[in-house]
Amino acid sequence: MVPMETTKVEGQPRKRITDIGPPNFEKFLHPLIKKNYGQWKYHESLGPGRLCHVAESGDRIYTVRAGSPRLLSIHTIRYFADLADKYCGGYLRFTSRNNVEFLLDDPARIEPLKKELEQAGFPVGGTNNAISNIVHTQGWVHCHSAATDASGIVKSVMDELHYHFTHQELPGKIRIALACCLNMCGAVHCSDIAILGIHRQPPVVRHDLVPKVCEVPTLIASCPTGAIRPATVDGKPSVEVIEQQCMFCGNCFTVCPALPMANAEFDGVSIWVGGKVSNARSAPRFSKLAIPYLPNNPPRWPEVVKAVVNIVEVYAKNARKFERMGEWIDRIGWPKFFKLTGIEFTRYHIDDFRFAPLTFARSTHIRF
Amino acid sequence: MDEKKQTKLLDQLESGPWPSFVKEIKKAAATNPAAGDLLGQLELSYEEKKVHWKHGGIVGVLGYGGGVIGRYSDVPEKFPKVAHFHTLRVNMPTGWFYASDALRTIYDIWERHGSGLTNMHGSTGDIILLGTTTDQLEPAFQELTQAGFDLGGSGSALRTPSACVGQARCEWACYDTMGVCNHVTHHYQDELHRPAWPYKFKFSGCPNDCVASIARADLSVIGMWKDEIQQDDAAVAEYAAAGLDIQKDVCDRCPAKCMNWDGKKLSIDNPECVHCMHCLNVMPKALRPGKERGAIFLLGAKAPILQGAVLSSVLIPFVPAAEIVDTLKELVSRIWEFWDEYGHNRERVAELIQRVGMAAFLDAIGLDPVPEMVAAPRDNPYIFFQKESDGSNGDDKG
Repeated sequence: MVPMETTKVEGQPRKRITDIGPPNFEKFLHPLIKKNYGQWKYHESLGPGRLCHVAESGDRIYTVRAGSPRLLSIHTIRYFADLADKYCGGYLRFTSRNNVEFLLDDPARIEPLKKELEQAGFPVGGTNNAISNIVHTQGWVHCHSAATDASGIVKSVMDELHYHFTHQELPGKIRIALACCLNMCGAVHCSDIAILGIHRQPPVVRHDLVPKVCEVPTLIASCPTGAIRPATVDGKPSVEVIEQQCMFCGNCFTVCPALPMANAEFDGVSIWVGGKVSNARSAPRFSKLAIPYLPNNPPRWPEVVKAVVNIVEVYAKNARKFERMGEWIDRIGWPKFFKLTGIEFTRYHIDDFRFAPLTFARSTHIRF
Repeated sequence: MDEKKQTKLLDQLESGPWPSFVKEIKKAAATNPAAGDLLGQLELSYEEKKVHWKHGGIVGVLGYGGGVIGRYSDVPEKFPKVAHFHTLRVNMPTGWFYASDALRTIYDIWERHGSGLTNMHGSTGDIILLGTTTDQLEPAFQELTQAGFDLGGSGSALRTPSACVGQARCEWACYDTMGVCNHVTHHYQDELHRPAWPYKFKFSGCPNDCVASIARADLSVIGMWKDEIQQDDAAVAEYAAAGLDIQKDVCDRCPAKCMNWDGKKLSIDNPECVHCMHCLNVMPKALRPGKERGAIFLLGAKAPILQGAVLSSVLIPFVPAAEIVDTLKELVSRIWEFWDEYGHNRERVAELIQRVGMAAFLDAIGLDPVPEMVAAPRDNPYIFFQKESDGSNGDDKG
């Protein structure tokens, strides 16, 4: 147990406190981490989800990493806190991919903790060449602009890919991310596999609401293709949308609630591949379009799950050691990627936005 | 059972090996009716394939212009407990480190004032306290600050800065990412809580970039070393003896082709190294970043909205570790000044640079152009030559 300075408050606190910023992280650091801060020498993998970091001093800190659904109840948080007390003096952290990590100084406690986590339904893994947790957004759980749900797809995809979370047998890392609309809260645009919620219909203009809730000049300026024009409807100022120019980005809805985008029939999911953030070997890069549209099919989105699993399996079978998705595709070329995965190449795969010509094949380098 | 509480579609997401968010919502719903209505409304979204949240309204705590995301149901008559269901973004401790009692403190407060549901963590890195009513925002906020926690950024405010685990538990961290991030977060409290500019700062300790700063941050500070990779020949031999194919898995994968393995000795032509991290990742015991450490500053990453996604690009190739904080503050103040005058509403820094041109932007913030900033010089001849004002050849910045 780690004591923390708290003021238990009944009802209204005495004095209003603001602008204090986050608590200093130092008071939450395991004593071994505090002692060896900045003095780590190397690390070893002890198997999926288990790491050992060795300090210059010879001290060793052990990490046990488990997957979580990101959306957690306070009861599960308390369970994690109890586990931390039981196994590691109360010290834990979370990763940038929503995994929970327990920090131990006693290696004998690693396996019992792993067993207890697994029995409680939290798989241990996500390290090295595994598929770590899917970074994702709120979806229908808590966002107004979502073109699809996030948690439901993530759960369905990870149910099928959990073997690759608890094992590290892939040629390289696979980072999967999901964003429920083009705003992309999260780095989905640089993921090995990105699952992206999309609209495919222009916004519906609620002429009754536009003058009440929107600044028309801001609304017009929000459109990247200039598809929104001022218009007078029933004697009142409003806007009209040139539908052929709409590419369904939803930015108008972000600035004006009177232009809703959500459409149960047409909204869905697109799949993107080959992006990366790390600089290891090749430079960071954007994900490229693999599948322009798959339907929203809750609760388990079978078409999306099948498409992602297929891409993972084809990659796992064909990529060479250390190759990330994009590096593998670099080597074999896009025509072979589409052939091996059986994904249809369509007119939608050819870019027609601002820098489109940069993505055309501008050489005679070609494989037959 | 009440008809609206039946969740036949969502119930199907309770099975399977991956932990279930539906189970989590149900656990919270056992003691909190709002979590029950959230489940009901989500079931309706699953039935209709459509979102049921309205556009966020402006709600917040006294004196802050960020940190609360307003959320209202569009079917409040069916699910009155989530008629308003706002989110509090709580600034996480840097590096997402916790002691168990700190978690209990936060979530005891959240049990009293909210839905009992949370994200650990949100995309911004904040602790997301998911869903409460307007009247509970201020009491929850006051209890949180009493307990030593504060809100993060949202909307047009500086977003909560985030950092990788850095020197707390990583041998590759070339500077103290957590220390710098914590300092910067406290320095810009006013900008975080009262919208001045909608920028994101992210701090990674090495080019592996575990917080995706190059993809997501307006200002990406990524750890870098300048001297030679530290090499332990005995450990290299250990890896080779253990079966690592050093030629194939290390040398052949080096993007700079600056490594040579003769079967016994690994040599690195360090001036040719591009600091990609591959060889260090494969042999962490044998190869380590050099001793002259600091960071590379890159600028401008963002997601696609509005004119397409942008990755950060190099602004300052190397800043010594001891100078990172001061350099960052100076840089931000110069960009801020320019942005104040020329920036548009909601405009990210990459969009500003695209609009005015990188060269004009560099003039404005007083940085000299260096070749490290570009993948290649321009390949079009449309050069905006400047007027010769003082007899020089035009390449001064007057």
